[in-house]
Amino acid sequence: MTKTTANAEQAVMTKESLKQFKGRSMAQETWRRLLKNKGAVIGMCFMILLIIVAILSQFIYNYEADIITMSAGSSAQAPTLQHIFGTDKYGRDIFARIIYGARYSLLIGAGSVFIGLAVGILLGSLAGFYGGFIDNLVMRANDILYAIPNIMIAVVVVSILGTSPASLLLSLSISAASAFARITRAAVMTIRGQEYVESAYAMGLPTWKVILRHIIPNCLSPIIVQVTLAIGNNIIAASSLSFLGVGIAPPMPEWGAMLSDGRQFIRSYPWMCIFPGLAIMVTVLALNLMGDGLRDALDPKMKK
Amino acid sequence: MIKYILKRLVLMIPTILLTSLLIFWAMDLTGGDPVQIILPENATVEQQEALRESMGLNDPFFVRYFNYMVGIVTGDMGQSYITGLDVFGTFMHRLPMTLALGGTALIVSVIISIPLGIWTAINQNTWKDTLGMILALFGVSMPNFWLGLMLVLLFSLKLGWLPSGGSSGFKYLILPALTVGFGLAALITRTTRSAMLDVVRQDYMTTAKAKGASYNRVIYGHGLRNAMIPIVTAIGMQFSLVMTGSALAETVFSWPGIGLLIVESINKRDTPMVTGSIILCCILMALINLAVDIIYAYCDPRIKAQYSKKG
Repeated sequence: MTKTTANAEQAVMTKESLKQFKGRSMAQETWRRLLKNKGAVIGMCFMILLIIVAILSQFIYNYEADIITMSAGSSAQAPTLQHIFGTDKYGRDIFARIIYGARYSLLIGAGSVFIGLAVGILLGSLAGFYGGFIDNLVMRANDILYAIPNIMIAVVVVSILGTSPASLLLSLSISAASAFARITRAAVMTIRGQEYVESAYAMGLPTWKVILRHIIPNCLSPIIVQVTLAIGNNIIAASSLSFLGVGIAPPMPEWGAMLSDGRQFIRSYPWMCIFPGLAIMVTVLALNLMGDGLRDALDPKMKK
Repeated sequence: MIKYILKRLVLMIPTILLTSLLIFWAMDLTGGDPVQIILPENATVEQQEALRESMGLNDPFFVRYFNYMVGIVTGDMGQSYITGLDVFGTFMHRLPMTLALGGTALIVSVIISIPLGIWTAINQNTWKDTLGMILALFGVSMPNFWLGLMLVLLFSLKLGWLPSGGSSGFKYLILPALTVGFGLAALITRTTRSAMLDVVRQDYMTTAKAKGASYNRVIYGHGLRNAMIPIVTAIGMQFSLVMTGSALAETVFSWPGIGLLIVESINKRDTPMVTGSIILCCILMALINLAVDIIYAYCDPRIKAQYSKKG
């Protein structure tokens, strides 16, 4: 009797002492590795700062007065202490416009990726899991999207819905969805045959729960990496479309539209082109640093 | 192999049909009323109606689509509303300009990126590797139309070495090709580096070295040949990027290719030109993708064997 109690006590002890040595979860481990990557940390800090600034900008600047109202008096001034990025042809402070414009780039970049992600994961996991007819349908639709250059898809969508942030968002999310569907399908197809999926079935879980609880969480790594990189790509794509005149129209301070505006004055007032482009580049650079860091952190074997 | 190519060509038909249907439908929804674009403002209702009838605009959608597709097969895709020129003819006239730009850009990027990728891979974890990777990171993060503008600013406006736009000679091709090529080079460098890293540690590389093969023979003959598949895939996947990049570079440098044609036609609401050009672009892309798959087979005998088996 006493012996059994002692054994039980020992067991509790071991459990508690084990708790001390409990390993980190995968997320903690990834986070720890991510923090060791200088580039990723710099990228992350920059993105956090940019998001805060983008949110605060509407309290600092007045859209009507500071962002779109023209003032002939201060037209096309070179960078000075008062206007550190100079002013544009209409006398608007370029720094203020870039700061205010961050929201468009971030919202469209991230928004289009998340819409694409939701649709892509749904279609990709159905295609990968069931195969057969659904797979064929999704993959052929994907082939068609793959055959049309992204910019053409956007042109077609924007010409149907008109130039607005919403149609830009939708058009970019279509190509994002196609990319995510392909990645998810490939990941699901490799995971579908694993034993833990079979045992989940054996325990009587319905298919949708198996997909949601056991399959999708296990193919998240490639998707997370792709999300970061895709946001960057879509920020560039959105600004490219605005530059071509099929994205966001002036006077909204979208970075690509600002570049398109400044282009005709590049000879005399180059700063109108330099700074909006730099803003795009630095933002995308930060996202790419994060994406590369995440890829290494999620899959240390892949690190080369 | 020929059987495989034929099979792929046949499979392209439904894809092209569906793609063109989508585009035709979308453009039909939004193109605006062509009659109002073509006829002067003071045209009478009868004149408008007569033109509508003669253009077949009163037919049901699928009849118009069918007529359009019959036209494509015979090379007749209608006339531009603005210039009155034949759409197919205009596209074909502009195509060589875009191919020249895209082709030069691709050559530029391959010349830069493959040696750079190999160089960073064999100097892994040294400052050379870091430098190459930072360059590549900038390349993928930079919007290429902005790079184009900055090149104009530096080489045309400040230094006066190269023209900032136009198309009357090789000189005019340099800046646009660099603009498109730089971003591509960055992507291909990254792929080349990781493909080479996979290869350099393989046993056959050590064997080649042990046999006394020269450095170049080991790296290029044994290493690069085996690393080629992911690199060719990466290059092949970039064609859509080349097309997009060209549209932007053509706009920046007023290079009279397909990209500029489409952008101008959209701005002028020239529906037949937009519809025709986009459909022709898609057919072109499908052909290029097929060509890339055939090139694979030549890079890797294993894939060729697979194709022959499948027939």
